[in-house]
Amino acid sequence: MEPALILLVTAFFAVSIYLLLSRHVIRMLLGVAMLGNGVNLLIFTAGRLTREVPPIIGIDDMVPQTATANPLPQALILTAIVISFSFFAFLLVLGYRAYQDLGTDDTGDMRLAEPQGEPLPPTGY
Amino acid sequence: MAAAPHTPVDISGAMIEVPVAAHDWLIIAPVVLPILAGALLLMLRKNTGWQAVLANTVLGILLVCCAGLLDLVWNEGPQTMTMGRWLPPFGISFSVDLTGAILALTGSFVAFACGIYAANDIDQTRLRYGFYSFLMLMVAGVNGAFLTGDVFNLYVWFEVLLISSFGLIILGSERAQLDGALKYAFLNLIATTLFLIATGYLYGTFGTLNMADITRKISTMPDSGPVMTIAALYLFAFAMKAAAFPLNFWLPSSYHTPRLVVSALFAGLLTKVGIYALLRVMVMIFAAERAELAFIIAVIAAATMIFGVLGALAQSDIRRLMGFLVVSGIGSMLAGIALSGELGLSGTLFYAVHSMVVMAGLYLAAGIIVRTSGEHDMRKLGGHYSASPLFAAGFVVLALAVSGLPPFSGFWPKLMIVRGAIAGGAEWLAAAILLTGLLTSIAIVRVWAFAFWRGGPEGARDGAESWKLTPIAENAALPIHASFALLVVASLWLGLFPETLASAVLDAARGLANPDGYIGSVFGDVQ
Repeated sequence: MEPALILLVTAFFAVSIYLLLSRHVIRMLLGVAMLGNGVNLLIFTAGRLTREVPPIIGIDDMVPQTATANPLPQALILTAIVISFSFFAFLLVLGYRAYQDLGTDDTGDMRLAEPQGEPLPPTGY
Repeated sequence: MAAAPHTPVDISGAMIEVPVAAHDWLIIAPVVLPILAGALLLMLRKNTGWQAVLANTVLGILLVCCAGLLDLVWNEGPQTMTMGRWLPPFGISFSVDLTGAILALTGSFVAFACGIYAANDIDQTRLRYGFYSFLMLMVAGVNGAFLTGDVFNLYVWFEVLLISSFGLIILGSERAQLDGALKYAFLNLIATTLFLIATGYLYGTFGTLNMADITRKISTMPDSGPVMTIAALYLFAFAMKAAAFPLNFWLPSSYHTPRLVVSALFAGLLTKVGIYALLRVMVMIFAAERAELAFIIAVIAAATMIFGVLGALAQSDIRRLMGFLVVSGIGSMLAGIALSGELGLSGTLFYAVHSMVVMAGLYLAAGIIVRTSGEHDMRKLGGHYSASPLFAAGFVVLALAVSGLPPFSGFWPKLMIVRGAIAGGAEWLAAAILLTGLLTSIAIVRVWAFAFWRGGPEGARDGAESWKLTPIAENAALPIHASFALLVVASLWLGLFPETLASAVLDAARGLANPDGYIGSVFGDVQ
């Protein structure tokens, strides 16, 4: 199970990096969404995958008798999903507003904050 | 099915059974206070008259709390408070050592000064859209990052401060802001995602997220390969947050777009959280890996400071010039991290405190310049000396401090780092720091020469009476200048009386290099 998920995580990262390298905001947004999911899967895999064994410790034991999946990474993922979802929502609206106001979704053309061909600072009075 | 016989389970080995001591609440107060205030301000967002008063009162109380916390940590060593009664490493701990306490105090001080400035600078619309709520939540995120003792918790605080900084940077929705915010948001989100990846691997390797616990376990790791990978990933993620070369381009393309008081807050608080995280994770936890990576960090440091200051030299827009100076300062702090050792680490910490105060002050100065003249291009500025000699004097103090000239605050940390570099045999790094100092003084003194010393904008007759600046309205002028003066006085104090901070950062550096006290405060009562 783990090797399959590792390959899946690799695919997610490859796709997201490819998309993030694009100049178009919409592709970068998809890349961010993919990246977030890839990371979540990675943490999920890091917590080990064993099916149908509840992580319950018997009353006389100090550690579980059989190998169980670690529930903590799953809790971490829940936090990370909420965070990445809210950030994606924010970025989506920001990208859309930028498209409306700047008239482009090509980051190469977004030069409002850093105009091209600005004069150099004066060298004398 | 028969019910299991009820056997009382002894939980004293896993749970905390004594109530939290009163002074332990001080550890969490710098986070709880601003979150509560942020929520309250959000509910009161329509009462724009109350926003500034309430927020600044809370920021004042916060400042007192952080001072109390620093006093406690300085006198009694690192302090730990664990949430939810589970003992560490299961419960999430807040662990404060001197490093965290010093930075939290400085951060709250900068936030307080900016809060006062903002009271007369932020318009009704921005107040209604929650300027002070965002400010409060950002301060909570920054303080949380400085005080937490848990790596995943650190990630969460990074996200808290990031989302509130998104709110602040976009407030007003001007076209340039949308452009800057887009770049800021994407690159910072990618940096925190990298941080999360590294944290996932870290948990997979160590099975714990408590920083003290990881520090304890790292020397027993049989295989150093994965640990090295994790350390390199953390270095990448935090260097991106701190705006180190070549990942620094988001900073100068976005910091100048919002209101300048927001830029001042960002310059004072955000990049230094990246530096703090590097200190905590790279220096304290991955000490051996940091030593392996030291040369790479040193090269990054030199490149960051040189390219930063070259960027500043090429700018005619004073707001963007400041952004490049922030980047250049990050280089000096990274140099200290690369050198490590008492001199390097205490130099980094001193530089962080100095840079928080001085860069925030310079941005506020830029804010006052833009407000009185409506311009931010050096070609179109002038006459600020004759308009207000006192303001001009304050600017000179900060300008000389940022260039690192004695007896101002930037001199001492640079002295420590340069001495550390020479003692460590990295003379080229010392040379880079000194060259950066020279170029910084050219860049910032040029602002002084054109904006203050020159009688009017380019082409105006010198001393012409025709060139007049619009002074800030009577009732707003005092708080705005007072908040600027607060930062100038702090910088002067650090420059003229550096002994207090120097001895504090030396203790803090020792604590980072030898974290027994930190680990002891987390696990002390278990053994």
